[in-house]
Amino acid sequence: MTDWPQIRTVGLSGILVTFAAAMNEPANRAALALRAAIDTQDWPEVTETSTSLVSTFLAVDLATTPVEAMKERLEDILKSRDWLAAPLPQGRTLWHVPTLYGTDLAPQLEEAAQVAGVDPDAAIKELCTSRVRVLTIGFAPGQPYMGELSETWNIPRQTGLTKSVPPGALIIAIKQLIIFTNAAPTGWRHIGQTAFKNFRPDQPNPFSLSPGDELVFPAIDRATFDTLSASDTNGGASSEVLT
Amino acid sequence: MTAHLTITQAGPAMSLQDLGRPGYRAQGLTIGGAADTTAIHEGAALLGQSTSHAAIEMAGQGGSFTASADMRIALTGAEMAASVDGETLVWNASHLLPAGGTLQLGGTRNGTYGYLHVGGGFATPTVMGSRASHLAGGIGGLLNAGDILPIGPDKGTEVAMTLSKGDRFGGGKLRFVASMQTASFSEDSFDRFTRTAFRRDARANRMGIRMDFDGEGFNTAGQLSIVSEVVVPGDIQISGDGAPYVLMFECQTTGGYPRIGSVLPCDLPRAAQAQTGAPLTFEFLEMDAAVAVQNRYLADLKSLKSRVTPLVRDPARIRDLLSYQLISGAVSASTNPFEKGQKP
Repeated sequence: MTDWPQIRTVGLSGILVTFAAAMNEPANRAALALRAAIDTQDWPEVTETSTSLVSTFLAVDLATTPVEAMKERLEDILKSRDWLAAPLPQGRTLWHVPTLYGTDLAPQLEEAAQVAGVDPDAAIKELCTSRVRVLTIGFAPGQPYMGELSETWNIPRQTGLTKSVPPGALIIAIKQLIIFTNAAPTGWRHIGQTAFKNFRPDQPNPFSLSPGDELVFPAIDRATFDTLSASDTNGGASSEVLT
Repeated sequence: MTAHLTITQAGPAMSLQDLGRPGYRAQGLTIGGAADTTAIHEGAALLGQSTSHAAIEMAGQGGSFTASADMRIALTGAEMAASVDGETLVWNASHLLPAGGTLQLGGTRNGTYGYLHVGGGFATPTVMGSRASHLAGGIGGLLNAGDILPIGPDKGTEVAMTLSKGDRFGGGKLRFVASMQTASFSEDSFDRFTRTAFRRDARANRMGIRMDFDGEGFNTAGQLSIVSEVVVPGDIQISGDGAPYVLMFECQTTGGYPRIGSVLPCDLPRAAQAQTGAPLTFEFLEMDAAVAVQNRYLADLKSLKSRVTPLVRDPARIRDLLSYQLISGAVSASTNPFEKGQKP
């Protein structure tokens, strides 16, 4: 009776498996687990794989690969287990990213707290202990969409656009957080500032985060932020192996 | 010291581009690379070298370039007025740029992106396996006057070769297949989309090209509640104002706007090259037909090298005709036949 998961072609560029119509935690986990499984099987036709919030994408040149055969193999693998109950893939990392909440560097903390219906101190207290997962990476290189926060933070995007938030900005909407890679406009609210870099193209490992990684954002004061910003410690971030 | 090419004057949107940087989609980085990938293949064929070399991509306007040593060059993509030290160069051909010579490239005449290739390729450092600047992603940047680009060792010697110019300039028909949300558009809306005469909007760059048109937009019912999904180059995204955007190689990796279809990879160079105001239409193809069309294109790319032919030069356009060995001693090479008032 279920319409999900759906298998669809994406132009001549590949095949998409979607687990749900909207973001939900089991569907996100399913997308990550399916990607990990396909990577493990190393299908020769698949040149790369990726996930978005609730789907797994297989890059396949459909001009040279018969699509029906690929779809059949995918159907078999989808039937082989309950993907919505799949555990998270191995090889994930827990990150601690020091964050300056509010102040003139993150001017929308109070506004976001007000929309969420909590006072700013309570907001910081909750946010600096919330542990979120990288649900997907997109929009800009290495830029994480992280969630899900408690229902308190099911706040909509603002109606207008903030003209530009700086790299490292921590922004919030719809129970999710984003750390911005590059300066860009956004409809989300700017509640914290980090000196964390999602993308360092000159490094051997240019991307700091992977889908499935988890993060916490402990609060720091302005002086600590300034010190960390001036250091080459990637904003003082530390990491530990999760699985 | 290795040979190098110095940019003495740069148009506003010049960057080094190759066939891009695949493999980083999961981490939010699209492939990037040349807007007109066909031009990269043509440059490689003209110089008899690998398609992995980068070229200078010039949007709208070229520049001036000085060679430190004799080097082979090829010019592809949108045609520009081209000359070396005042001597006009044929487009879509390879040439010798002599040591100390200055190459001048003007504005594009029939398209948006012109390309300058060099024998041996540019030997700039690679970043994550590619020399392409990804302007949206923050890798590399635009080229500027004063930049000095190192050139790799050139194994080839052949110059004055040409290829037919192709028909991808000036707009035309973009063929597309169904994509993720094609079925979300009403039949009426979809039919109207395939019948509409679009024009390339001025709002266009390496991320995407907006389509200008008369009449109402092409919205779907559930437009605003679509979960963010994978985006690929070629996707025809319907933005909030109902206008289609054809997404190009520097597009985002995911997006929440519905896609009415996806332009075939073989027609993306045509989309890229359409100049502001150029007419464009969209023709829907079923998957089988699209696969056949795309495979014909891939076969054409493979055969480019076999279609390179020697440039037939018009002697009337060669300024220093007498420096060429045309008569091989049949008459005195020191006698100038033009002295008697015959101007070439």
